[in-house]
Amino acid sequence: MARAATTTDAFNAVAEPRRREILDALAGGERSVGDLVTRLGVAQPVVSKHLRVLREVGLVRVRDEGRQRYYRLDAAPLREVYEWVKDYEQLWSERFALLDEVLEDLKTQHGLEDAPELGHEREYVYEHEHEYEHGSTEQE
Amino acid sequence: MMTTDDRRATVTTPTDTRILITREFDAPRHLVYLAFTTPELLRRWWHANRAEITDVEMDVRVGGKWRWAAKALSNGYAFDFHGEYREIVPDERLVTTEQYSGAPHATAVQTATFAEKDGRTYLEILVEHQNREDRDAHLNSGMEDGMQDALRLLEEAVRELR
Repeated sequence: MARAATTTDAFNAVAEPRRREILDALAGGERSVGDLVTRLGVAQPVVSKHLRVLREVGLVRVRDEGRQRYYRLDAAPLREVYEWVKDYEQLWSERFALLDEVLEDLKTQHGLEDAPELGHEREYVYEHEHEYEHGSTEQE
Repeated sequence: MMTTDDRRATVTTPTDTRILITREFDAPRHLVYLAFTTPELLRRWWHANRAEITDVEMDVRVGGKWRWAAKALSNGYAFDFHGEYREIVPDERLVTTEQYSGAPHATAVQTATFAEKDGRTYLEILVEHQNREDRDAHLNSGMEDGMQDALRLLEEAVRELR
């Protein structure tokens, strides 16, 4: 089940919104650092930092031309893990859509007047929260 | 971190060994917690329309065991998830261990946090594996369908390279 390190790291790398913006900009084609700075409206060191991360995980490739560095996208390392996460997210989205229905029913059933068993639960909770606020530690 | 503009689950991988699932619900947290800790309620949503739940057992107390078993609708594959409760703060937090029958050597620790604001619940489920391989296997387990446009721009970027 071992995966290439770059694949997983690539997904970690794109969890950061600014890096997604950079990838989005690069999806349109190769760009210089200066160009990215202008497009994103962010300081150059910030852009360079993100580009370095993206390069380390193999999502962007770099080319020097004269005094300029040009970056381009290489999304291949992302494809596999992206598919997994997307599918996993879909699984939980479907689960939670069903849970929404359950919660609607519970809201109707319990309303503001708690059913006896729920009232019992809540009583316990308040007691517990009170203890919790005063620093009692949970057992592991 | 939370998505407020839609009701899709958001999945991220904050580190090499972790999976973070977040979602907002239009209900107070004691009801969401109830739906996680009541067998009859869990049976109604956990299957995700992809499996038939064949068994739900939960002994919701520290050290108590839990197990949900199911059969995939697509191919009849029988599987279960099981573990034990490690920490319980009613309505607030549930820490459990989790093992999947398809990868019995891998034990994950799952922390579900229920936060409430203005009558809405912000749910975070953090799954922590012991290593990246187990984490990746978890992400990749039992997934057969699903084309949604989360991370839309990346999908576009990928398409361009095909």
